[in-house]
This record gives sequence, structure tokens and C-alpha cells, in this order.
Amino acid sequence: MTARFPFSAIAGQDEMKRALLLTAVDPMIGGLLAFGDRGTGKSTAVRALAALLPAMKAIEGCPYHCDPASTQAQCEACRNKTKPKTKSMPIPVVDLPLGATEDRVVGALDLERALASGEKAFEPGLLAAANRGYLYVDEVNLLEDHIVDLLLDVAASGENVVEREGLSIRHPARFVLIGSGNPEEGELRPQLLDRFGLSVDVRTPTDVATWVEIARRRLAYEADPEAYAAQWAPEDAELQRKLVSARKKVESVILSDEILERAAALCLALQTDGLRGQLTLMRAARALTAFEGRKQVTLDDLKRMAGPALRHRLRRNPLDETGSQTRIDRALTELFG
Amino acid sequence: MTKPTDAAPRDASGDAVLICKLLAADPNHLGGVALASGPGPGRDAFLACYRHYTQDQTPLITVPSHVSVDRLEGGLDIAATLARGKPIKSRGLMATAENGALLLLSAERLSIDKAARIALAMDDNHHTPFSLIACDESRDDDEALPAILAERLAFRINPDQGIAALKAEGSLPKNITAAADAVTLPEKIEKALAETALMLGIASPRALIFAFRVTKLHAALNHRKSVNEADAAVAAQLVFAHRATQMPVEQSETEDQSEDQNNESQPDSSDTDSDSGGALADRVLDAVRAHLPEGLLAKLDASAFARQGRSGTGAKAAKAGKTRGRPLGARRGDPRSGARLDLVETLRVAAPWQTLRRRTQPNRSGVLVHKDDFRVRRFKESRETTAIFVVDASGSSAIRRLAEAKGAVELILADCYVRRDRVAVIAFRSKSAEILLHPTRSLQRAKRSLAELPGGGGTPLTAAIETTLSLADQVKRTGGVPLAVFLTDGRANITRDGTPDKARALGESESAAKALRASGVKSLVIDLSDRPEGAAKVLATALAALYLPLPHAESHTISNHVGAAMKSAGERR
Repeated sequence: MTARFPFSAIAGQDEMKRALLLTAVDPMIGGLLAFGDRGTGKSTAVRALAALLPAMKAIEGCPYHCDPASTQAQCEACRNKTKPKTKSMPIPVVDLPLGATEDRVVGALDLERALASGEKAFEPGLLAAANRGYLYVDEVNLLEDHIVDLLLDVAASGENVVEREGLSIRHPARFVLIGSGNPEEGELRPQLLDRFGLSVDVRTPTDVATWVEIARRRLAYEADPEAYAAQWAPEDAELQRKLVSARKKVESVILSDEILERAAALCLALQTDGLRGQLTLMRAARALTAFEGRKQVTLDDLKRMAGPALRHRLRRNPLDETGSQTRIDRALTELFG
Repeated sequence: MTKPTDAAPRDASGDAVLICKLLAADPNHLGGVALASGPGPGRDAFLACYRHYTQDQTPLITVPSHVSVDRLEGGLDIAATLARGKPIKSRGLMATAENGALLLLSAERLSIDKAARIALAMDDNHHTPFSLIACDESRDDDEALPAILAERLAFRINPDQGIAALKAEGSLPKNITAAADAVTLPEKIEKALAETALMLGIASPRALIFAFRVTKLHAALNHRKSVNEADAAVAAQLVFAHRATQMPVEQSETEDQSEDQNNESQPDSSDTDSDSGGALADRVLDAVRAHLPEGLLAKLDASAFARQGRSGTGAKAAKAGKTRGRPLGARRGDPRSGARLDLVETLRVAAPWQTLRRRTQPNRSGVLVHKDDFRVRRFKESRETTAIFVVDASGSSAIRRLAEAKGAVELILADCYVRRDRVAVIAFRSKSAEILLHPTRSLQRAKRSLAELPGGGGTPLTAAIETTLSLADQVKRTGGVPLAVFLTDGRANITRDGTPDKARALGESESAAKALRASGVKSLVIDLSDRPEGAAKVLATALAALYLPLPHAESHTISNHVGAAMKSAGERR
């Protein structure tokens, strides 16, 4: 396999890159929604991120690549194994194409084996392939509603339950859901928006220098992917080091009562539906603190994450065009000066 | 206007030849070309030219738009598998086209799921395994190449233009891609190209990546080691012209100043070429400007919106009846085409034949299933409703009333949002009717288009009804249910040909209304006149429409009526 485009070499799009890194620091943040124009490097960034993450250990021969370290998160077959063999594999990134059928997503009866040997076997779907990794849905807003519902249900429960065609199977499916799309082409229902942890607006850069840099880097990469990746390896290694260390530290970051209260006040002022917004806001602020190597969440962290964590959760009049970010900024100024 | 001098002849046929050369030289990095024409001599000439440059060394695989996902990606060959009793895989068309080209026929009819698969394959890491020659045969606004594919193709051309000169000559130098990689691209030209792209309102940096590559290839084709201005002009014409979304504004003074400052800060005095970056960008821009098709920019907004609105609809229309909705029983079909296999029904069909089949294939164990036995589930899906608002913006509809009507429409829009219906807006005034908004789910845009609606002039009701009819047809063709909502006083006074003649206009509008009624479009007339029961009532009768006089109808009442009408339209099959 040829080398991936290096994460550090993606020009611009700092907000999206940071949000992606934070979902890697704390997967419990719950996915990312990147809305914006085409060709702004969304899918490149997701794939590059997976290459950036350290390889994971998995049980060999398991279609869900279960984690040998945690029996709790394993599938039934793996739990019953004594001393399973393990292998090292890269974090999976699975593309969910538009128009994917339910069969393909959740898995279905294995036609091949059913036809050839009359066996009733389960053919794992995309959800199984994405376990412990990333599921990337381009144009999530154009995806059929019942598929989106299904994805979000599984993403929330971490388990895929299949009850169809005489099959009765449940297997772990913990993944970070990354959705992207162009809001001009259709909107996501609010209840779906709410299920995504963070959201970012990906804008096409408007300055000549960034444009030139994007195209220049892409051409250099296409000419010789290996050499180009090697050239950026030190930057990527540094990022990886920060990520790994942040993952270790994220649980021990201090969230003072004052910060918690302020987060609550902000969510109340913005009238976000449900508690998910507040939880995500705190998780994201904590991950940001850990990523930047600090020990205590500050008001500034809260302010920086308020946009990505709450922007898509504001109760919105469909005909009101006031930008969500504007409303958040206003609330931030009113509350915290 | 500065014209590049040492480039190939810069007309359409020269472009076509050049595109063939570029695609043949580098099938893996340019995505491909959209051929904007139907089958005909132009397309044949283009393909012949392409084959000439590839010297038939690379595959050119023809793909019809009804190709199955299986065939495209490869997978289980069901017929062979069943015959032999063991899994037989087939190789997909995309794999077969490796390093060559896929020729996609009627690409505008390609459903979104297949387009997405192709796009995914094209994104494959650092190069596209094949280039795509997409024949876009769309005639009007209601069809277009799926946006996810159009975005990934470097070029778009109509090969019917200048076909006489479309001839291939000579052959390509060897190892042209390696030579192109070695070509240097001066920073000045990089910047000029980026500026040009931004000035033309191109949103995707992909265009610039394509343009950079084209400059390098073009330089290599002309045996140069460095990219020059002519290469940049060619690249901009080929890659940018068809992507332009705005007419470049003449450079304002402030921009000039910042440009000057930039140049002062740059130590480029050693450069013998006295061009500033901005001037170069201007010349590249001029080259593109000459290439913009006439009337393109006038159409840009409408078609761009149409394209965006539509890209979401394909999936729905194509998938209707396969995977969701009310079960309708099973019928014969291929379980790999996205439908769900009905296992019990399949076995039931296969069961009576087992003894017979066993005799012909004594060595096989298990149930012997043939391809004909497959039964797939069918579902009946409720179809999506599209509300077409036909708004009278003429002088006769008092502006005051129009404001009231807009209030009602906004309430209806909010309701549409909840029900995920689509909306379209047609406005008519003075001499013609105009589609302000193609069917979309973006209600913000619907609201904006209404808010910006100007008023005054005559009442060309006939034109409005006919536009509604054609839009309703479009909606039906994509699998939706149209519902027309007329906001007017019904006092037509402009005839079909645009002359003011009240009596004839009324007659014409009535017959147009009957045509709309005959096509089965459900409609609703909201009377805007001060004294109801007049012309609008006549219109409503001709349309067999629900009639709602505004003086008696509060905004909420109207909204309720429309809501009810839409519901019944959606349930109707």
C-alpha cells in the first residue's frame, strides 16, 4: 500500500484538523460533522488521521478485530477463546458510500456460503469493519434517513444487533462517526445533528497563498507518495506523540466546579436541547486541555470549544438565518465578558 | 486581450485534441472529461482521437448507465456460482479499466449510489486508477452529471463544436508523466492560477490541483522544462472555464494596491520578466474569459442550484420500492442489486424442482437453487412531495396582499421543513414566468427568494401555468409528487406571446389550466384579490383546485389547508 497523504501536510482547515484530533484523544466525544464545500480535504484529513494514529492490537481471525485487552468489549467468539493470538493492525477507516444498502451496512446472510454449501453464516457488514476505528460518511445529508438512524443508534450503543433472515447476531461496533456534506444540498434532521459530538464548518480557503500551497503539496505527494510522507514524518511523529500522551492524560485533567457551572450556564443561555451538548462541551474542553499538555481546563478552553460542541445543537427556526456561531459568540460575551 | 502565441490553436477542436492527449498521457491524475453532447459524430471523433493517442494500448471500457453495482465493483457471479456449486467471482469493470478509461454512457442518468462508488474508486489514495469519459447528454436543467463525479473530472467539453478539425496527429512522446513531474512550475504562475480560480468563484481547490498538473503536462508535451504563461493559459481555459461561477470583477483599486505591495516586498527584481503577478493573473483570466461559453454566466445560477438540489433526489427515486416502506410481497429478482432476498419464498420456489435437478447434478449436496428461483422483497414507499409555489408578482396583485401571502407561504415552508418536503418557487410578472428556485430542501433559500421578489407589471398567467407544468413534469420524472400552490388574483392580461390582451389572455390561461389539470397535478389557488369569487375562482375551477380566498383565510388557515393537501398528495400513488 502506498503511503497516505500526511496529516501535517494538510494546508489550512485548522479547526477541522483540531476537531479530528480531539475525537481521537477522547472517542467518547462522539464523532464529527464537517459541513462545507467540496474538495476542501475532508476525506483526505480523515484518512490521514487514521494513518497518524498508532497501530492497535487485535485478536487474529476475528472479523470485528476485537481488543485483546478488554474482554468487556469483545465479541462472543473472542470472549470464549483462551489465549487468543493477536496481531497488530492499523486503525480501520471505512467508507460508507451513498446508496449503501442496509445489508451492506449491518451485515447479512452470507450468500456465497449459503449458495455453495447451504450454510447459514453471517457476512459482516461495514459496521463490523469499522469497529474500533472510523466510519466516514461523505454526503451524510444525502444518505437515506433509515441508514442514518441505524448508524447513529449503533454509534451510541456501541453494539450492532442483527435480527434478520433467520440470523440473530450481536457484535461490538464502536467507531467514531465522521460525517461530511454540503448543507446547501439538504439538511440533516435536528435529532440527527444532535447525535454528532462536534461540528465544524469547512470553508474553502480564500487566499491565494493557501490555494497554491494545497495544490503544490498535492502534486508533490502524487509525484512520489513515499518520499513525501517521509519528508513530513517528523511532524506526523510529533503529532502522534502529543496524541498518545493526551490520551493517557485526558482522564486526569481537572474540571473545576466553576468551569462545570459555567458550561451549564452557557448551555442554559443557548437553550440547547438535552444534556448531550453540555457533556460534549466538557469532554471536548478536557480533550483540548490534555492535547495541549495542560492539567486544568480553563475558561478559555471552554470558549474555544463552545462553537464546535454546541453550534449544531441550537434550537433553530428553519427560516432564521442568524448564524449559530454568532449566537454562541453573543452568549459567550454576555455571560463571561 | 493577450493571446498566448505558442500554444496549439485555441478553439474547441484544439481543446478536444489537447484533452485527448492529456488524458492519454496521464490517465491517473486528471479524473477525466465530461463530454457535453449526445451520441453523434462529435463524440465518435473524440473517442477516435483518444484511441489514437493511447494507440489502443490501454483499456477503454464502455459502461451503460444502468450498470449494476456488482458489475462495476466486481463480486459474486451468481449464475456461475449456482451452476458450479462454488463461489465464482467476477472482475468489476472498474478493475478492468485500470490505467485506461471508463466510458460512461448517459452519465446524467447514473444513479447516485453508483456515482458514489465510482467517486470512491477515483479517490483511491494518490492516484485514480482510471480516467472517466462521462457522456453527459442532459439537455435542460433537470438533468446533469452527478455533482460528485463532475467535481472529480478535470475537463468538460462539447466535442460537436469544431468537429471538422478534430483530428489526431502524431503520437505522444514516451514517459510523458515522468517528464511532467520534472517540469518546474514557477511560483509566479502558481499564484496567477490560484488568483484566477478565486476570481472566477471556483470553490474547490481540486480545480487548482488539476490546473497545476495540466500546465506541467502541457509544458512536457511541448518539450519544455519549465512552465510558461501559455501553459498556464491553456490550463486555465481547460480546467477553469467550465467551473466558473461568477464573472470576474474588474480589479478594484484596493486590490491593485495590495498587489503592488506584495510585489515590492518580493525580491523579484532579478527576474527579467517585468510582469507583476497580478498582471499575469489578468492575462490568464482574459484567456479564460474568451473561453466562457456565451450566455453561460446568465444560466450559471439557475443550473448550479438545480444541480445541487437534484443531487439529493437521485437516491430516493432510484431506491424507491427496494428497501423500505410497506411490504408488497416478493417477486423474481437479483438479490445483489440492492433488493433484499426473501429466503423462504426462494426456497419455496426451488423446492418442487429438487428431485429433477438432483438427477442432472448427482454430485451436488444441499438445496439446488437456480438463478430464476430468487425472490426479492418489494416495498411500497410513500413518495416525496414537492410544493411548487406559483407567485403572482404583477401590479394587479396589490403588493400589500402579496405581503400577506408571503406570510402564509412562510408558515407552509415551516411545515415543509417538518415533513422534509421539497419546495420550488415560480414567480410571474410583466411578460414572463421564471423559476426562482428549483426543487430544494433548503428552505432558507426558498424564503430568501420570496423575500427578494420584486413586484409590478402585467399578469402573464398562461406562462406561469406552463412553467408550472414543465416543472411538475420534472418532479414526476424524478419520482416525486408535485403540488402546485397558486398565489394570484387570476386576472390574466398578458397572452402567451407577451402582448397585452385581456380577453385572449384569460382564454389562454384557462386552457393552460386545463392542461395542468389533465396532467394530474394537484393544485391549490389562494385568491389575492380584494373581491374574491372572481377570476381566481374561474382559474380554480379550470384547475379543479382547492380555492381559498385570502380575505377569509388567515395565514394559519391557509397553512392548514396546504398541509392537508400535501399530505393527501404524498399518500396518493
